[in-house]
Amino acid sequence: MDVKDYRFTREHEWLRPEPDNLGTMGITDYAQSQLGDIVYLELPAVGTQVTQSAKMGEIEAVKAVTEFYSPASGRVTETNQTAVASPNLVNEDPFGKGWLVRLELSQPSELDALMNYDQYRQFVAREV
Amino acid sequence: MRRHYLLPDISAPGRTGCRLPDLDVTPSALPSAEMLRTDLALPEVSEGDLVRYFTALSALNYGVDTGFYPLGSCTMKYNPKWHEDVARLPGFASVHPLQPADSVPGALRLIFELQKYLAEITGLAVSSLAPMAGAQGELAGILMVRAYHRKRGEAARRTILVPDSAHGTNPATAVMGGFGTAVVPSDADGNLDIKSLDAMMNEEVAALTLTLPNTFGLFDPQILEIARLVHRRGGLLCGDGANLNSLLGKVKFGDLGFDCVQLNLHKTFATPHGGGGPGAGPVCVNDTLAPFLPTPLVVADGRDLSFDSPPDSIGRLGAAYGNFGVMVRAYAYIRSLGAEGLKEVSENAVLNANYLKEKLKKHYHLPYDRPCLHEVVLSGKRQKVDGVRTLDIAKRLLDYGFHPPTIYFPLVVEEAILIEPTETESKETLDAFVGAMLEIAREAEENPDLLRGAPHDTPVNRLDEAAAARKPDLRWKM
Amino acid sequence: MPSPYIPNTDADRRAMLREIGVASVNELFRDVPEKFLDVPFRLPSPLSELELKAELKRMADANASLDDYACFLGAGFYRHFIPSVVGHITGRSEFYTAYTPYQAEVSQGTLQSIYEYQSLVCQLTGMEVSNAGMYDGSTAAAEAALMACRVTGKNKVDVLASVNPRYVDVMETYAGGQAISLHKLPSDFESLSADSACLVVQQPDFFGCLEDLASVAAKAHAAGALLVVIADPISLGMYRPPADYGADIVVAEGQSLGSPLNFGGPGLGIFTCRNQYLRQMPGRLAGRTMDSRGRPGYVLTMATREQHIRRERATSNICTNEALVSLAAAVYLAVMGKSGLRQVAELCYHKAHYAAAAIADLEGYSLVFPSPFFREFVVRCPVSPRRINEALYRQNIVGGLDLSETLPDSLLLCVTEMNTKSEIDRMVEVMKKVGAEK
Repeated sequence: MDVKDYRFTREHEWLRPEPDNLGTMGITDYAQSQLGDIVYLELPAVGTQVTQSAKMGEIEAVKAVTEFYSPASGRVTETNQTAVASPNLVNEDPFGKGWLVRLELSQPSELDALMNYDQYRQFVAREV
Repeated sequence: MRRHYLLPDISAPGRTGCRLPDLDVTPSALPSAEMLRTDLALPEVSEGDLVRYFTALSALNYGVDTGFYPLGSCTMKYNPKWHEDVARLPGFASVHPLQPADSVPGALRLIFELQKYLAEITGLAVSSLAPMAGAQGELAGILMVRAYHRKRGEAARRTILVPDSAHGTNPATAVMGGFGTAVVPSDADGNLDIKSLDAMMNEEVAALTLTLPNTFGLFDPQILEIARLVHRRGGLLCGDGANLNSLLGKVKFGDLGFDCVQLNLHKTFATPHGGGGPGAGPVCVNDTLAPFLPTPLVVADGRDLSFDSPPDSIGRLGAAYGNFGVMVRAYAYIRSLGAEGLKEVSENAVLNANYLKEKLKKHYHLPYDRPCLHEVVLSGKRQKVDGVRTLDIAKRLLDYGFHPPTIYFPLVVEEAILIEPTETESKETLDAFVGAMLEIAREAEENPDLLRGAPHDTPVNRLDEAAAARKPDLRWKM
Repeated sequence: MPSPYIPNTDADRRAMLREIGVASVNELFRDVPEKFLDVPFRLPSPLSELELKAELKRMADANASLDDYACFLGAGFYRHFIPSVVGHITGRSEFYTAYTPYQAEVSQGTLQSIYEYQSLVCQLTGMEVSNAGMYDGSTAAAEAALMACRVTGKNKVDVLASVNPRYVDVMETYAGGQAISLHKLPSDFESLSADSACLVVQQPDFFGCLEDLASVAAKAHAAGALLVVIADPISLGMYRPPADYGADIVVAEGQSLGSPLNFGGPGLGIFTCRNQYLRQMPGRLAGRTMDSRGRPGYVLTMATREQHIRRERATSNICTNEALVSLAAAVYLAVMGKSGLRQVAELCYHKAHYAAAAIADLEGYSLVFPSPFFREFVVRCPVSPRRINEALYRQNIVGGLDLSETLPDSLLLCVTEMNTKSEIDRMVEVMKKVGAEK
């Protein structure tokens, strides 16, 4: 799936809708470039119930630390252990191998409130 | 090229760095074997090799004695040598904290007098020298604020207001003291946004912590009004005295309405920073907070001095009485300067900072163009256009033989460069630094890669901090 | 008289004011409310270096320096031999006039020394990681208790009653800020409740006795609590380290490793833990890495735990690591090395046992605790410990800590490698005499 079909939050997370009400999320290329070299990921445990816009975990760079928020409500089904072992993946491939959490969405309609690719691009342009 | 090695590399079985006396008493039976260790794997190094190793390491360091160290908010002034000598006098250094009080009158006298001097310098009623560092002095202040409100039945005051320009210790300390924090924004001139303060100051607020002058090096002209506002709604005003060097001998915190101020003997009072301690962080308070001071204080009964505990004390902050060795140096400093000398310190510190501001503002963005006190904050955002970051400017300064200023702090200034020259630097040194900064500004335009690759002329080049944090290597094993 | 520390001359000042465009320095203070500017300060008149040195020497000489006394006082602050090498190295101003090593490229001396310190302390305690140092042993213990609460998500701290009471006071102060409660337990406690975040035990304890760490550890872990051990670094020259008994956090006062007593400060808080708790650790850490040309070098690392980055969510507000004292500890451990530290520990052990046996043999004196001890022990005296201390002091001997407020007629004595046989014999002689004066 192309990144153009992802959904985006104002906190610079993305969510990729997948069949069976699943979704994969991560942080955007803009977010990783703002953080710099990412050195540590604190991801939620599998099975955790999350709600849209609530804190989900933490990302540490060398001299910055940021929380990230769930783009949608649901249950955590998988976390990216490869990225936990090599956090640089989030810098190198934020929309692909650097994904963070896979979710089973409880309210897929929530995605309607998220931005599409073009909207997000404009949003970032305004923020810069 | 310098050979890199560690202690295990110069260790060999059978070597030692010290010969100890033979046992002169009849030995007793040792404890059973299962209580004893067989694995004490410490290096075995000869005295000469050891001295050479650490001497070589010292040569890789940059200290105030090496050169100009304009690290903003750190007050890296010259540390007089004779203070080191007096601190090592056996009557100060070789004294046990639990010796009978009548065997240490000189130590008690020194603490007592220094308590008085610091109270006078801050214009507050009493000071405690118990805190062992600035952050611990802050903690003492916050715990006193908590105890004060509880005693008055106002435990509902659970928030400490912290300006957005504050040192990171301020919010961290508030949380250690059991409070939540709320951030008060700065206004466009670099002062506290008084309207926001007005809106935030309610009966849930325990105190406002305020650095004065603030971390932009600016004295907030609204200070009396800030104090009134906080007090009128039952809050306390706590000062972070990190920047006292600009007010020394000229202005008293107590006069301005502060209830509590924490100082840093290692900044303002010329005791060395030690590469990261030991320092000392005395806390000074008015009569309102005096009953809550940490224990112990030195008090006088006629000519007799003794340790005493304030009636509602927040308790003990350390096993002894604070960092006494640091106090000796600060005492020597204050006595050698007197009131006039302290005033000369702050006036020259302020003059030096404003001189740098004038010289540098044509080439670096100056966010707040008004007289500063002891330090000036610039921004590297003009250079950012050429793809050069403040970090690159700082690293390039190393090639010119200067320690860089504080960078990326205060957080609210983009690409911040915080420069604090102190009073112990000559005009010639300041001019040389300005020369380097102007040269770097030119290089940023003409050869940005030179800066991005800097430093070029240091014992090591830029280090991979990401690798260090991803796969922490925090020790050797042998 | 011009100040030796201010190089600006009147001519310099005039030139600088001209450059700034103001007529006087006070114009730069224009934001200060006028009536509070240049208020009087009542401080003694300044004196020269020559005069002050003489005055400070008089103040210092008014104290009884332990260089001139035999000393049998310990109780958390120990007088051990400091080879001259230590002071010469920490006295290099490249070390002591530097700031915290934020600019790694010009701070490799400090950073590599911290890495050495962390390594040596891990070797000594047997623990996996050490931070760069904290204020003193007591605050390290308090921070350990707070950390145990973060790790376990619980807020009750159990402390054995045999822990140094001053340490317990400091832990109370630190806990007081947060919703953490402290509970004292006797050494023979049955078990811990499930809401206990940690058990804090001192080894040897405040009275010099060696606790049964294995059994204490088992009880702590059975309750899901962490075991926090307050260790004595010199004793680790001979005794099995706390890590062997399953300690989760080990703290210690590091002053005895190469630093003078200084009337109690500065000290050094040694702080070590298991690797799995690294991210919950307070304080600074130095780590090894590579520079852009592939050469080894050192940086401060994992700083996201600390106040300057995480601010209100930091693991602690601490900034300092008592770097110069930790440098002294590193140099001391390297100077002594494997055999030297063992020898120091054994000298303490044998001399303390010699002294204890001699005192216990005196009419009216006895040892209070039957437990094994290292270099400190409590004796019950036939007369008030205060009288004994006074008599000792008259003979240029600083006696032990008078415990009679908590333990009747008891005196806590400490013997180290600094005490010669003749000093010990003199002390015993005085005690014999005073004891007989009953």
